[in-house]
Amino acid sequence: MEKKLILAIETSCDETSAAVIENGQTILSNIVASQIKSHQRFGGVVPEIASRHHVEQITLIIEEALEKADVSYDELDAVAVTEGPGLVGALLIGVNAAKAIAFAHDLPLIAVNHIKGHIFANQLVTPLEFPLLSLVVSGGHTELLYMASEDSYEIVGETRDDAAGEAYDKIGRVLGVPYPGGKHIDQMAHEGKDTYEFPRAMIQDDNFDFSFSGLKSSFINTVHNAKQKNEEINANDLAASFQAAVIDVLVDKTIRAAKEKNVRQLILAGGVAANKGLRTALEKAVSEELTDVELLIPPLELCGDNAAMIGAAAYVQLKNNNYADFSLNGRPGLSV
Amino acid sequence: MRILAIDTSNQLMSVALLDDDRLIIERTVNVKRNHSIQLMPAIEEMMKEAEWRPKDLTRIVVAKGPGSYTGVRIGVTVAKTLAFSLDIELVGVSSLEVLAANGAQIEGSYCIPLFDARRGNIYTGLYQYQDNTLVQVEKDTHISAEQWAKYLKQLDGPLQLLGEDRLKHMELFEEECGERLIELPSSRHFARASVLAERGKNREPENKHVFEPEYLKLAEAEQNWMEAHPDFKQGGGWIEKL
Repeated sequence: MEKKLILAIETSCDETSAAVIENGQTILSNIVASQIKSHQRFGGVVPEIASRHHVEQITLIIEEALEKADVSYDELDAVAVTEGPGLVGALLIGVNAAKAIAFAHDLPLIAVNHIKGHIFANQLVTPLEFPLLSLVVSGGHTELLYMASEDSYEIVGETRDDAAGEAYDKIGRVLGVPYPGGKHIDQMAHEGKDTYEFPRAMIQDDNFDFSFSGLKSSFINTVHNAKQKNEEINANDLAASFQAAVIDVLVDKTIRAAKEKNVRQLILAGGVAANKGLRTALEKAVSEELTDVELLIPPLELCGDNAAMIGAAAYVQLKNNNYADFSLNGRPGLSV
Repeated sequence: MRILAIDTSNQLMSVALLDDDRLIIERTVNVKRNHSIQLMPAIEEMMKEAEWRPKDLTRIVVAKGPGSYTGVRIGVTVAKTLAFSLDIELVGVSSLEVLAANGAQIEGSYCIPLFDARRGNIYTGLYQYQDNTLVQVEKDTHISAEQWAKYLKQLDGPLQLLGEDRLKHMELFEEECGERLIELPSSRHFARASVLAERGKNREPENKHVFEPEYLKLAEAEQNWMEAHPDFKQGGGWIEKL
């Protein structure tokens, strides 16, 4: 097979990342600079500050990715970049840097959807086989996507309000854990028990959509009422109860959708794919109920935002000559 | 020296190609459009027209701010990435200085460029032509228009306000500085990338990797955080490699 090298760039939120990927599956380099320490000061990502950090980092990270991969511009076949969804100001840094490199070195430019990137993170470990179903869960997304082939996407279900990761961050704030809350809630959940019995929203509904705002409100009310009555609250039990409610709905609907769609692979993708509780629950459910389905969960370092996954997704577009021109813009609300 | 000069720091976008002192092409567009969509196609088209290849460029000069945060970042990102990946020189010039250079060379007169910064504030600076050379008298600053007008009042000599945004604050300046204001021809109020290139052609090149916009203002969240943590001293350190 001919060797195709893609330089990929990702700046959609609070990570500045660049990677060099061979044939959409081998990571030659994947440099990720996280701004999380900066945004922790504010309890969440501040878009203007994210954009400023991206400008400070962008060429350094690209240089490091090229050096680590030991690849020169002449050896590249394309430059790929996340066009959306994400924070518009943050996206614009990656997009404009990618355009500058494509122009300077006469390389094709590939605009990649961030969500597709999360799914293709798995391709860097195990070849994707179709049809597949992917549960994408992150701070901004909760979606079930069906893929009949490598360039076909159908939204089977999605959240009607908050993303699962967003709900984690919000209740993390209520419990006073550092941003981003997900990781801490996950740890606390393992120390506690599901005693609060929060609602499993829409779990009985005959569709694959999700809702997490009711759960979030129920959680906040529980904490608020306990405080007013001066009652002791057990933070670990609260975390465990919240996490159980989230995971029950996610796993239940995902397994049902996978059965209905009769898929070969089931994929977990996005930042919340790093959640141990979710990984374990999905593994257990698949081994019990979907014995013919292969479950793919990316390694932790490929769950969060990174450019390697963008390079993996871009390879499909490279094969199809699906290129962008220099008028490429950031598209914050882009869907699959 | 083949220079590409880029100014996207405000609504106006200006891009120019110069061969030493000779202007080859300049394109200035002053309509409300998206710089992210417009800038690279403009550069590509102009380079084609000039029959230059990217590798022919020897220096990029960019207006580094102040101005619209997003606008400045687009220009700076394209400029620093081009310079880095072509391994050529990068120079940043104050966006206000570019406008100040449009001033008339009247001995003892001040050139005062200004951009509106909303809520009664402006980005401005104080420049002067001395022996045919533009000199910066006061650092570029973010200040209330009212305060700036009072400051200008106590200076000697004629005052040239530069930039379209002066009109938004004219009443204030007329009240404080009255007959000392000189109204320049309309063409002087628009930043030109050819002027930017001229300002930047002899300057020491920047360190490309650490080059960043001159915002003149912290992000609001950062400002609030600094006020709440007066004893905190940290030179960066917010970014962590994973």
